[in-house]
Amino acid sequence: MHNFTPVPALLGGILIGLSASLLLFSHGKIAGISGILGGLLSPQTSDRSYRLWFLAGLLVAGIGLRVLYPAAFAVGSVAPLGAVVAAGLLVGFGTRLGNGCTSGHGVCGISRFSPRSLAATVTFMATGAAAVFVSRHVLHLGGGQ
Amino acid sequence: MAMASGLLFGVGLGVSGMTLPSKVVGFLDFTGAWDASLAFVMIGAIAVHALMYRLIRRREAPLFDLRFHVPTRKDLDPRLLAGAALFGVGWGLGGFCPGPALVSLVSGGSAVVAFVAAMLGGMLLQQFVDQMKVRGESHAGGGGSHTQPVTK
Repeated sequence: MHNFTPVPALLGGILIGLSASLLLFSHGKIAGISGILGGLLSPQTSDRSYRLWFLAGLLVAGIGLRVLYPAAFAVGSVAPLGAVVAAGLLVGFGTRLGNGCTSGHGVCGISRFSPRSLAATVTFMATGAAAVFVSRHVLHLGGGQ
Repeated sequence: MAMASGLLFGVGLGVSGMTLPSKVVGFLDFTGAWDASLAFVMIGAIAVHALMYRLIRRREAPLFDLRFHVPTRKDLDPRLLAGAALFGVGWGLGGFCPGPALVSLVSGGSAVVAFVAAMLGGMLLQQFVDQMKVRGESHAGGGGSHTQPVTK
């Protein structure tokens, strides 16, 4: 495991945990990215302001990292463009159908010991591993630039 | 405060390695050169939030709202599992989940932009399917029915 980086991973995880706690403490909301973003796409959503500010924070973090820590971003992609688009569609559709992604289920839900979130997390890790197995070791999909 | 939270979240994702699709693929590649690093993201985040969650929920209400908005459902339904399954396939295939994709958007890579556009499309499509279902049920006069099977 030559790419093993547990220390930055743990540090980043702690920041994510603090962020989720701050959002719960201030606005009483779950820091689930797909839910926060998806809610903005629906005309029935009334609580738009905290969603916009949270997402603005994410984008500003992206700009800051780009300047101060460019190693956070990859050049190119792990899959050809067609596969990336299919992946995006699946992630968008799946997270809204299943009411959550890595943040909402994986971090916030498991922290509350929610059985739904635990089941969702086990499921998406399993199908994620299956997708990697098929794309890496069966189809040998390479990356594009 | 919501923006500070988003900022913290984004920095956390960037520092942790979650914004590197190759890292995500390595984490999910159990049969190849498995890279366990990203497990530590979840360990760190859950350790902090599980503790803070309990402290925060001792309060009557959050700072800027009258109540907490926390899901309370406990039952597992096909919709939850099907959604999680589809999401996982997309996560493994593209190496991005929604948060890291948004944080990476400003890095300007064409793959990230395509991914986020497709993700928004997928979200809109799911909403559209939901609306069609609601409309179909009210047309059929089956008000209050939720026994319709989830179509694949």
